[in-house]
Amino acid sequence: MQKNAYFRSLTIPLLLLLPQLAITVVFFYWPASQAVWQSFLLEDAFGTSTQFVWFENYQSLFSDPGYFKALRNTAVFSTFVCVFSLSIALLFAVMADRQIRGAEIYKTLLIWPYAVAPAIAGVLWIFMFDPSLGMLARGLQSLGIAWNPRLNGNDAMTLVILAATWKQISYNFLFFLAGLQSIPKSVIEAAVIDGARPMRRFWSIIFPLLSPTTFFLLVVNIVYVFFDTFGIIDTVTGGGPAGATETLVYKVYSDGKGGSNLGGSAAQSVILLVMVIAMTAVQFRFIERKVNY
Amino acid sequence: MTSRSRLMISAAVLTLAGAAPAVAQTEIQWWHALTGANNDVVVKLAEEFNASQKEYKVVPAYKGSYPDTLNAGVAAFRAGTAPHILQVFEVGTGTMMSAKGAVKPVHELMKEAGEAFDPKAYLPAITGYYSTAKGDMLSMPFNSSSMVMWYNKDAFKKAGLNPDAPPKTWPEVFEAAKKLKAAGYDKCGFTNAWATWANIEQFGAWHNVPIATKANGLDGFDTVLNFNSPLFLKHWTNLVELQKDKTYDYSGRTNNGEGRFTSGECPIMLTSSGFFGNVKANAKFDWANAAMPYYPEAAGAPQNSIIGGASLWVMGGKKADEYKGVAKFFTFLSDVDRQVKLHTESGYLPITKAAYAKVKDSGFYKDKPYLETPLLELNNKEPTENSRGLRFGGLVQIRDIWSEELEAALNGQKTPKAALDAAVERGNQALRQFERTASR
Repeated sequence: MQKNAYFRSLTIPLLLLLPQLAITVVFFYWPASQAVWQSFLLEDAFGTSTQFVWFENYQSLFSDPGYFKALRNTAVFSTFVCVFSLSIALLFAVMADRQIRGAEIYKTLLIWPYAVAPAIAGVLWIFMFDPSLGMLARGLQSLGIAWNPRLNGNDAMTLVILAATWKQISYNFLFFLAGLQSIPKSVIEAAVIDGARPMRRFWSIIFPLLSPTTFFLLVVNIVYVFFDTFGIIDTVTGGGPAGATETLVYKVYSDGKGGSNLGGSAAQSVILLVMVIAMTAVQFRFIERKVNY
Repeated sequence: MTSRSRLMISAAVLTLAGAAPAVAQTEIQWWHALTGANNDVVVKLAEEFNASQKEYKVVPAYKGSYPDTLNAGVAAFRAGTAPHILQVFEVGTGTMMSAKGAVKPVHELMKEAGEAFDPKAYLPAITGYYSTAKGDMLSMPFNSSSMVMWYNKDAFKKAGLNPDAPPKTWPEVFEAAKKLKAAGYDKCGFTNAWATWANIEQFGAWHNVPIATKANGLDGFDTVLNFNSPLFLKHWTNLVELQKDKTYDYSGRTNNGEGRFTSGECPIMLTSSGFFGNVKANAKFDWANAAMPYYPEAAGAPQNSIIGGASLWVMGGKKADEYKGVAKFFTFLSDVDRQVKLHTESGYLPITKAAYAKVKDSGFYKDKPYLETPLLELNNKEPTENSRGLRFGGLVQIRDIWSEELEAALNGQKTPKAALDAAVERGNQALRQFERTASR
């Protein structure tokens, strides 16, 4: 009954929601529906000839071994980036949360890389690890390691994982730090009095209490590796060598923009969209049960 | 009337007088992809043209890299805001000419505008790339280049090679690279930028071996790739063998690796003749260039090279008056003295026969033979079906496929034969897809 006490008709609540709804429709539903429509078309670059081809774009994707390779690459890339960026950020956050001299400076420095655009982050890593230009690459070579991301797929994958992880650590660090600071001191002090050692305190108290933050970050990180990393891949490897670093989102970008294959590219982005929705749903359904709010 | 208000009125009159011709001027948008010194060339050309007459005003705008500029043009066309002139790299030629109504062929434009235009005045090796099978010119050549072999003369001396007699054939290049490697260039004996341009496109033309049927696509979009033939296999097998001990070292798909030559790391590098400005500015050693190497057993090799660089496309759906201005601008660009100046100052190839002859007669190439190398390559022989150029729709994407397969061979994932076969097969799939969307 209380619901009706505030608004007698639907008009005012709808009006109040309108700005948000308009933004969602214009910037999400409209382009997403365009992508779905485009994925059923075969079109030239200029849009002067258009044919409706039903599911042909999808069929040709699933008969392309390159698409499955990109799927495997994405699985490897996203697993490593998520695991590394979350665990390293957690380590840094625990370290920075202690009473140390100059903690603010450490915190600021750790947050900095988040302000760097993905493409610039990529270029920074090229300067370090390019086999001809990179200082660190020369160091590796002088140690007798045949480092060559131009031809070696594993080297190239390592490089893009490093760059993408580095870029995401700041963001994760920020949230973990905030999460740590919101854990009541009294709980930890009680554990100290009970004689729990630091490791025990971390795994039995701090880590479970951080689980809402960790869960949120897991979802955000997966969205990040699936959608936001093509700038890094484009500048560092361009998907090469021999497609070793071509992920699903990079393939969407290179087929659509470079190849002017709009239908195929749209079909790929629709699949990607469905995949990320499904993964997020699964996470909320199964992993969230283990989260203590 | 006070002196102040008199001043105001005369100022107003002056403004009006000044504005009147500006309103009557027809603006011509020119989107291009050139940076640095080359951007200055574009701006200067537009300024000179605008100063030479009053009716038209050419407005150049930089739109990013070659693929970015092409995409910007495509997107603008779809939105109905295309520029009049779009600079498109040679790789985009197939995409541009396939879309009916999106572009205005240059031969039509010149005829309708009543400009004097003789297609025979242009160098056939250049215009062949941008003309139909019947010889109708579709776009206006602008900055053209070809592929040459740059080499480090100091390194040659160090390795006991004659710096004035560069290797002519591939076996000679391999021998030279081995000697250079022994003399301390152990990371890279020889290399190339633009992996597929060097090892597929130019390689086919220079050896008079087809890359595809239908004159490499010039005679129709139903062209089929067929470069998985013995000579290509031989070359790829050699590269794969030599990559193992870095006598050859791969330098990537684009020209990102060109710095390996100017830094002195790679003493021999095949890349564009347009690399000239960079070499001149950055190489701290004695350098020169020579024609691309060839396999002596290939009958008729060396044939002739094909061009790279970009041409100017006129977009469709504009007003007759605007087209007239574009035509006048193209006549202005083709002027002999202007071409001579462009060629000798920027290193771009001259596009007309008269301009080339004039520079040659002036003795300019005696001091700067490296600027004539690409011209000698292009004009080496009368172009054949295999060396007029190539025209594949979606070549940007096909080049990526080819690069992937070449990389798979070089890093040992595939045998050269398997990689070459896959490059042809996957390329053909892309061609068939394109053929269905091409409207002419």
